Amino acid sequence: MSAPQSHLETLPRGIQIVLALGVIALAVFPFVGTDFYQQMVTRMMILAIFAMSLDLLQGVTGLVSLGHAAYFGVAGYTLAFLTPEGEAVSLWWTLPVAVLAAGAAALVIGFFVVRTKGIYFIMVTMAFAQMVFYLFFDNRVLGGSDGIYINFKPDAGLFDLENKKVFYYFTLFCLLAVYFFLRRLLWSPFGRALAGIRVNEHRMRAVGFGSFSYKLTAFTLAGALAGLAGYLWGAQTGFVNPELMGFHQSAHVIMMIILGGMGNFAGAIVGAFAFEFMLELFKDLPSIGGFNVGKHWQMWMGLFIVLVICFAPRGLLGLLQKLMHRKGAGNE
Amino acid sequence: MDFANFLIQLLNSVQYGLLLFMLAAGLTLIFGIMGVVNLAHGSFYMLGAYLAYSLSGLFGSFTLAIIGGAILSVIFGLILERILFRYFYHRDHLDQVLLTFGLIYIFEESRSLLWGDDVHGVAIPALLNGSITLTENQSYPVYRLFMMGVCVLLAIGLYLLINKTRLGMKIRAGAFNRDMTESLGINIKLIHAVVFAIGVALATTAGMIASPISSVYPNMGSQVLIMCFVVVVIGGIGSVRGALIAALLVGLVDTFGKVLLPQVAGMLVYMLMAAVLLWKPEGLFKQ
Amino acid sequence: MSEALLSAKNLTKKFGGLAAVNDVSIDLWRDRIHVVIGPNGAGKSTLTNLLSGDLPPTSGNITLGAYDVTRAAPERISRRGLGRSYQKTNIFPTFTVWDNVRLAAQSRVAQQPWNPMRWFQSAAGDARVNERAEAALELAGLTGRRKAIAGAASHGEQRQLEIAMTLATEPQVLLLDEPLAGMGTAEAERMVELLLRIKPRHAMMLVEHDIDAIFALADHLTVMVNGTVIASGLPADIRADRGVQAAYLGEE
Repeated sequence: MSAPQSHLETLPRGIQIVLALGVIALAVFPFVGTDFYQQMVTRMMILAIFAMSLDLLQGVTGLVSLGHAAYFGVAGYTLAFLTPEGEAVSLWWTLPVAVLAAGAAALVIGFFVVRTKGIYFIMVTMAFAQMVFYLFFDNRVLGGSDGIYINFKPDAGLFDLENKKVFYYFTLFCLLAVYFFLRRLLWSPFGRALAGIRVNEHRMRAVGFGSFSYKLTAFTLAGALAGLAGYLWGAQTGFVNPELMGFHQSAHVIMMIILGGMGNFAGAIVGAFAFEFMLELFKDLPSIGGFNVGKHWQMWMGLFIVLVICFAPRGLLGLLQKLMHRKGAGNE
Repeated sequence: MDFANFLIQLLNSVQYGLLLFMLAAGLTLIFGIMGVVNLAHGSFYMLGAYLAYSLSGLFGSFTLAIIGGAILSVIFGLILERILFRYFYHRDHLDQVLLTFGLIYIFEESRSLLWGDDVHGVAIPALLNGSITLTENQSYPVYRLFMMGVCVLLAIGLYLLINKTRLGMKIRAGAFNRDMTESLGINIKLIHAVVFAIGVALATTAGMIASPISSVYPNMGSQVLIMCFVVVVIGGIGSVRGALIAALLVGLVDTFGKVLLPQVAGMLVYMLMAAVLLWKPEGLFKQ
Repeated sequence: MSEALLSAKNLTKKFGGLAAVNDVSIDLWRDRIHVVIGPNGAGKSTLTNLLSGDLPPTSGNITLGAYDVTRAAPERISRRGLGRSYQKTNIFPTFTVWDNVRLAAQSRVAQQPWNPMRWFQSAAGDARVNERAEAALELAGLTGRRKAIAGAASHGEQRQLEIAMTLATEPQVLLLDEPLAGMGTAEAERMVELLLRIKPRHAMMLVEHDIDAIFALADHLTVMVNGTVIASGLPADIRADRGVQAAYLGEE
């Protein structure tokens, strides 16, 4: 079912340099950017972690999930339930618990979902994620449609997460940790097997790989990592609601890795930043002649998505590759 | 529960199930014949409800609104197929999912621009506004029986069309072997356009006839879309017969679930889906 | 005589009312090549799929060594020592030739996808896997082409890769579905030579159409028509059999 997307597993030197520069820019940003933009970049980094977690599932293993946001939301809600109204709670046990909760949800749902293939997989991941959405939406006990507030950022002891700069660097640290972990995993025996499953699952089984357990492990791990992002999101925004688990959020994160290019995790980061940037751009459009352009950001987002899929379905990376090919062909 | 209550819940189950069937039939037909998955299918349902609202205001008659809405939806379906969907039959499912997701946004905003964000009601026509007495203190709304009647008629019509007409034969042939069908001189492009338009019309009509009961409000498409997907997954994608059985099953589980086990009612349908997947990962009636 | 490495008894596969394979039995012995021939639609591919676990039989049973593998999943059967190559090239087209074979060889390491150790090791650094892959590559004659992208390699090279991947899983039983398909004379000769080279250590079943190759390779011949075995025995005897000539070999 998975089509040949532009999989650049080994990043060329040029792109590696650009990425390194990007990391430096991120490290330096809090000293040059305003508070507002610092918050925005923190958000983008959190979404980049979310996008990388999906890239493991979709870009590497080839499983297109329309319900990945469920695990993002579960972790955010876990933090919300664990944080009392009047005081902060410790980062050092709530973070692992939230990540485990997200992973456990992914394991349970994955057990049912991973046995399906192709379009079925897409539809059932969406269905189960919506189930989780309605579970929270319909139950006042779980916060209902209004959501839950997280009044205090988690207490890290050694450093103060209430300080926005500290939170920023903590998030950057998590981003880099996840990135290097996933790059390592990509070239491990496990990662190679996942790539094989993406390219030709039938042959993988024929040579003796039990693809079900590989896919389920990838699904669970991806869910757990999405949980890390969800925890950070809840901590940063101080608020969780069922929308975090909705299929809109799931579709957004798919768009992010499409935009940036799938399969190498760097593309996921780029795509997350680019997508969030576009979203902010649309939401902030001024009114033109009485027509509130920004209010109808969904329209512009919808058109943007349709145009990208019609004309640049392999994302920015694919466009770049196409341009390079044309140039190369012209030189011959 | 006593017999009258049971009968009412049973009738409600069937009514809900038949409505879901109309949506699921369109979705599964379009996927089975053209291989396209359409996330925006729920938007057609919403379109139907809003059309019912506007047209019954315009014509002053619910019946005329339904007829007018049906015609408009066929035209809309043909146009949409011509300018967009036909180019996506050969694209992989991921592209289709994202494209139609983008369409959801566009349709929602268009609805917001054309009709605003308020909730509206549609009046049940006087003729259908009564109730049938079941017992001395239980009665059942005639309008719901009317809805079931319309769905059954359309279901029969669909069955006859697919199985008993030459057009239906061409449709089935096209699904089975596209190239062969084309080389036999059958205009496959026209077949696809017709099938797509039928799918759109079914969804829109479902929205129209449901509007007096469900009201007309923003985002009404999303909720019904997910149920539609669950029905298609349980029934087996591409199978209209599967969609019917699955829809009735879902109607029963959901309706009786809400009455008997209200705490877990929302989850029951998904548990049903999970159980089916364990047994048959490709649905009950795999195509 | 030692035990048959693979033994299939009374295999039947029905699709609806149609029996694609009807009461077929076959035994495979080490150092023997058993060739299955027959016209198109005879059920040869279905038989291969039944033996490799790609299809469950309607009735009958299959034993691989000491294990009953009648309804086992393909990965289980592979781990019990059966390797299968495909008529339609079934490789990892976007990987290099080396990566194709390396991945196949990796299948023999203990599978523990949930074990975090397996997430941190380097796949390319596993010496035992590399040795196995290297050996398979050499047997198949592809050592010089290891860096080529598999999908861009020539048809003959891809067929060689098919075999290499199968050999990398170190099977005892080999099912080869038309290994010579689409090959020119020189390539076909090389493939026949390869098959004879690996024969002593394996029990092999071949599905083939190439008459010269069949009689060069076969220790035992089975002829299938319409899902049934119409003749089974030594090649010389089969060649002389009037019934077989009429049904199949008559075109010679």
